[in-house]
Amino acid sequence: MITDKRVQVIFGLFIWTGLYASLIPFSEWLVALLPVEGDSHLGEAIAFFVYDAPKVLLLLTVVVFVMGIINTWFTSERTRALLAGRSLGLANMLAASLGVVTPFCSCSAVPLFIGFVQAGVPLGVTFSFLIAAPMVNEIALTLLFGLFGWKVAMLYLGLGLTVAILGGILLGKLHVERYLEPWVQNITKKDVSFESEARSLEQRLEAGYAAVKDVVGKVWIYILVGIAVGAFIHGYVPENFMASFMGRDAWWSVPLAVIIGVPMYSSAAGIIPVVQALLAKGAALGTALAFMMSVVALSLPELIILRKVLTVRLIAMFVSIVALGILLVGFVFNLVL
Amino acid sequence: MLEVKVLGGGCNNCKVTASLLEGVALDMKVKINLEKVEDIQDIMAYDVISTPGVVINGKLVHRGSVPSRQQVERWFSEK
Repeated sequence: MITDKRVQVIFGLFIWTGLYASLIPFSEWLVALLPVEGDSHLGEAIAFFVYDAPKVLLLLTVVVFVMGIINTWFTSERTRALLAGRSLGLANMLAASLGVVTPFCSCSAVPLFIGFVQAGVPLGVTFSFLIAAPMVNEIALTLLFGLFGWKVAMLYLGLGLTVAILGGILLGKLHVERYLEPWVQNITKKDVSFESEARSLEQRLEAGYAAVKDVVGKVWIYILVGIAVGAFIHGYVPENFMASFMGRDAWWSVPLAVIIGVPMYSSAAGIIPVVQALLAKGAALGTALAFMMSVVALSLPELIILRKVLTVRLIAMFVSIVALGILLVGFVFNLVL
Repeated sequence: MLEVKVLGGGCNNCKVTASLLEGVALDMKVKINLEKVEDIQDIMAYDVISTPGVVINGKLVHRGSVPSRQQVERWFSEK
């Protein structure tokens, strides 16, 4: 039994590389074993599933591990200290970027929100963080990279950050402080000093393992179901079936995608394989990404939690601005590509 | 007897943390008095903005994630 964590990591990387390299031969071997024609509907669906599912899970494992380690430097408390007392503008960019690397669970949204306000982080900057944190995360980016390639992943990153930055600035300019719940408005400001907890390399690696166990343990089933649905659409839905109502020419498909997407809630893990399959059948990239962003960024459970600190009016403004931003992203995408 | 508090508004990670603490205490035969703090003002009093947080004998030892089993064992054996 190897107990040194560093040795374990190097050993694990070797195994991972070996597995990743054998993905194609493995899927070909498995499909050849089955009594179905490779170019039949079922054959295509199976081939899609047995290649993509292990590939995405492998990618996700390594990315979550690395992010788990990176997260140990970016706690919410440190992020707050970095943002406190800054003014709108550059701070929104910083907040959106920190939203990507700071671990965030929507169940902490209320203490986080109050903690930020209390420490004097401007409201617009806080919103930039709150928009970016659920929307642009390592799970979404890994899946986009694994299924669509790095260009789409980078576009998503860039546009997601843009929506978060501009949305936050706009909310800040609208002086929405008056639409906070009264008790939040009365919170007194307090100075926040950050004391760094010394962490050893061992502890950071431990955090990486914990993240893998937690995140991959939670999302693997969504990924499998998502890819299975994707595989079904891949194999059975006729080519260009989606083009007529999710294609580039149907301008109304973008608002429709956002309207359907906002009340839906799924983690990025479950929705991306479906989006991939839609794309393969002729849906426009902008429409598909707008759909995905609206599903991932705005979620009913988070809004219900935020209702404790925001009035209904402010929640409505928050949702409208984010939805509008996503809408623009969809249109721009369809126009440019 | 250790006074242990889990800070968090009833989210899943908080429940997991609480049962982990109970389990480790049982395994290590450490007596603890576990309290779940769910009120937002009380949570903020410990300056915890990312839940769950863990407080042992009045001192905040952890915040922002479900702690690992090894961490919990360290806290209990140090006391």
